[in-house]
Amino acid sequence: MAIPLQYNIRNLFARKGSTLLTAVGIGLVSWVFIFTLALAGGFQAALQETGSHENAIVVRNGSTAELTSILPRDVAAAIESQPEIARAPDGTPLVAHELVVVWNLERKNGTSTNVVVRGVTPKSFVLHSKVRLVEGRMFRPGLEEVVVGKLANARIAHLGVGDKIKLAGHAWSVVGVFDAQGTSFDSEIWGDVELFMPVFDRPVYQSVTFRLDDPSHFAAIQKRLESDPRMSVQVKHEDDFYAAQSATLAGLLRGLGLFVTLIMALGAVFGALNTMYAAVGARTREIGTLLALGFSRGAILTSFLIESVLLATLGGLLGCLLVLPVNGITTSTTNFASFSEIAFRFQVTPMMLLSGMIFASVMGALGGWFPSRNAARRVIVEALRQA
Amino acid sequence: MRYFRLIWANLLRAKRRTFLTVFSIAIALFLFCTLRTVITSFEASLRASEATRLVVRHGASLVFPLPLAYRERLVQVPGITGVSYGNWFGGFYQDPKNQFAQFAMDVPTMFDLFPEVLVPADQIQAFRSERTAAIIGKALAKKYGWKLGDPVPIVGTIYPGDWRFVVRGIYEGKTKDVDESSLFFHWDYLNESMPEGRKNQVGIYWIRVQSPDMAADVSRRVDAMFENSPQPTKTETEKAFQAGFISMIGNVQLLLTIIGSAIVFAIMLVTINTMMMAARERTTEIAVLKTLGYSDGLILRLVGGEALLVSLLGGILGCGLAALVFRESDFTAGGFFPNFRVLPETILAGLLLAVLMGILSGIVPAVTAARLQVASALRKVA
Repeated sequence: MAIPLQYNIRNLFARKGSTLLTAVGIGLVSWVFIFTLALAGGFQAALQETGSHENAIVVRNGSTAELTSILPRDVAAAIESQPEIARAPDGTPLVAHELVVVWNLERKNGTSTNVVVRGVTPKSFVLHSKVRLVEGRMFRPGLEEVVVGKLANARIAHLGVGDKIKLAGHAWSVVGVFDAQGTSFDSEIWGDVELFMPVFDRPVYQSVTFRLDDPSHFAAIQKRLESDPRMSVQVKHEDDFYAAQSATLAGLLRGLGLFVTLIMALGAVFGALNTMYAAVGARTREIGTLLALGFSRGAILTSFLIESVLLATLGGLLGCLLVLPVNGITTSTTNFASFSEIAFRFQVTPMMLLSGMIFASVMGALGGWFPSRNAARRVIVEALRQA
Repeated sequence: MRYFRLIWANLLRAKRRTFLTVFSIAIALFLFCTLRTVITSFEASLRASEATRLVVRHGASLVFPLPLAYRERLVQVPGITGVSYGNWFGGFYQDPKNQFAQFAMDVPTMFDLFPEVLVPADQIQAFRSERTAAIIGKALAKKYGWKLGDPVPIVGTIYPGDWRFVVRGIYEGKTKDVDESSLFFHWDYLNESMPEGRKNQVGIYWIRVQSPDMAADVSRRVDAMFENSPQPTKTETEKAFQAGFISMIGNVQLLLTIIGSAIVFAIMLVTINTMMMAARERTTEIAVLKTLGYSDGLILRLVGGEALLVSLLGGILGCGLAALVFRESDFTAGGFFPNFRVLPETILAGLLLAVLMGILSGIVPAVTAARLQVASALRKVA
């Protein structure tokens, strides 16, 4: 027969101070665990979701980012004429040639940072389907007007609707703000590519993005373009292209997080061991009584183990609650592939919370195992005799 | 100190508990040192920067180069005693994951401007006299097992193509803060290989001024000189330039501090719990000591001293482990931290933190023990 769960719950309440201290200790470990996952996840999501799988992006062969890519106009035209490209309702191919430069701008807090300035075409707004104008209006082609991403709008000085921003010696009117749903476009400034080319003195494109008429045609168009003697390019799925940019840093963040939490968990397990050993020690007589009443050694082992896991789960729950306010907080780092600032939000997912809870329970189980075994091995007579 | 043996004996009585507590504190301090070292190794470039060296780059964007012709004009600016230049090459070895810094440098002037890069004289000679020669840092040589005379193929991203350099020198840093994982090659070689439209373009000029207090003045003068040209400049001290790079990484410092505080706080709670349990079990004993004439103050010091000793032992273990592990293992996190080294300041801070943890975790049980009423304490247990 099993010892009622009530026994464990009451015991935890009987030692309120000790229970709370241990639970908070374990809770903080799962907090750090979820915190680092949310950081790495948010960064990766921002880049990964920037690209869409139904789009393909073409850059110069060897370039890992648009910034180091160069595609002359004739190359862009040759790409545009490929048959596998989807068509807009008006029959024109769904292709966007874009220009990308990085500009040094002032943050609202006075420090400076590098911001991506992207020259786009009307098709860019179709291809990057997550982008929606949320304030003001679209820039008019041929005029010195730009629209800005919502995170750039929030963090960089002079990017409010109605402001003028100085780029390449010209003053550009900010006429609108767009929401790109947390992707890296949210940290960018967009304007007319045909106007940008002469103004920024860059007579070439950096990338060509197009929509495939059928995803299965990717391999064919990739092979044809990459072996075309007129150009030296590489063709990638747009989502893969951006995911590759985030791989190093996200991996590093995850690695650091895992390293820190695993070692820290060891410390917390030591703490749980101490608490449970003390709990077992203080209840020697109780254990003797339980044994005398006929509870099996297995039942006692299970009971103490449950108590420890319960304690840790309580901590895990606390950690999950404390980490929730972090969700959605914006922070920034540099995308080293483009040498520009990328703002992103902490992303706490239910999966992460679950992992945090499991992580805490495992700590509890580990910390409870030896003391519980110790409890189960007591000899009745000796245990009862003890003061 | 004559009571040290009493405290020590108390610790040894509950060996398992002492061991677990010391180790959990050691773990907290080990992590503290690790996270702190992440921050300090980011800042190594700041410590390595020379106060008399300034960086001149394109005023608006690092994508745009400056003309080679600026060199002649910079040399003439009063207060400037040396000018060198170079380009960030941005290539990789075999796989995009194998990244390290490569710079195309103006060879005749680079050793004058960068006295902290130490290369044997014969190797400098060999490097100078061969167009495709390169010098590499000691750490880089060790990482890939490159020796003098080895070919190093690099795939260019900014300057596309397969480049091939020959190692003719291996440099060491003058101080430990100098990065030893870069590759330098001839700027002339890069320039000759460029098509007509991309020739004579310089990424960065480094200039040396006579004394640090002239830096601000010279910066202003240089920027004013090019203000109305198509390529305006931005001049700042090397330190400010590096600080700009570090700030690009974002709020890492804040995030790591948050994580570090959470760790230390968590372990401190656990330690407080342990110390309270230890004191509670010994209520009778403390009452007996008081009966024997031990004063309240002495009891306070005995119980508090025990907590302090445990923390300090944990601190020494944790900080010592961090210093040892990262020195022996050449940890670089995939080249991200070329200079991962625990600074003495970090160890000192760690030990102070351990003392603080000891005081905070010992204060409650110590005060409780000191205030203990002998009669009631003895009665309770009996």
